Amino acid sequence: MSSVTSDVRIQREDFDIQSEVARISDGRADIGAVVTFTGLCRDEAGRLSALELEHYPGMAEAEISRIAAEAVARWPLQGLTVIHRYGRIVPGENIVLVVAASAHRQAAFEAANFLMDYLKSRAPFWKKEHHADGTAGEWVEAREADDEALTRWRR
Amino acid sequence: MTEHPTKLVYFAWVRERIGRPEEDIAVPVDVETVADLLLWLKGRGEEYENALQYPDVIRVAIDHEHVEHGERITGAREIALFPPMTGG
Repeated sequence: MSSVTSDVRIQREDFDIQSEVARISDGRADIGAVVTFTGLCRDEAGRLSALELEHYPGMAEAEISRIAAEAVARWPLQGLTVIHRYGRIVPGENIVLVVAASAHRQAAFEAANFLMDYLKSRAPFWKKEHHADGTAGEWVEAREADDEALTRWRR
Repeated sequence: MTEHPTKLVYFAWVRERIGRPEEDIAVPVDVETVADLLLWLKGRGEEYENALQYPDVIRVAIDHEHVEHGERITGAREIALFPPMTGG
């Protein structure tokens, strides 16, 4: 069985997608597929100047590590990296990165998809909007569709 | 002993409405479950009433793990209350 361990990082700083892919795949010849998902901050048609991401230190790492460990147990992965940023993030900047590597594409696609579905409604992060016109922003409301997305992974 | 000291931590609008990020509270021993705790806290003052008006929407973690409202809180070191998460 696979002995891969996932690499989970919660950080304020930005990340570099190319170097995260290289960190997993450099010097290896057994990886046939690398799927990356990057989530970015949108401006919602000019309405937002930034998102403030609050997180629960300690639990954020623990919960994402649990989700990543489940992905490693369910799919034959050769590498898995999850990076989630916190703090003030402006439109166009990165928020989250998932890199999943496997011998074949299906496992890499599915694992990345699974990770994102779980991050959306199980990782302890909360987004607050900052409005471009300077008025006070609201906390982003959780979408029911995000909760429903989890049901397809249950077994 | 009639109370157990517990660290409570709050996030997002739960934190804003209660007005502090965390506190140590002596919880009466007859407050046994998460649901009991939410109900008991709600009676502690206007800011708690405001934050916990709809207990069903509040998500709870005990010692960094998600729990349901029926979970017992006995032995918990840290209990976190927060709104549904919006990560990713």
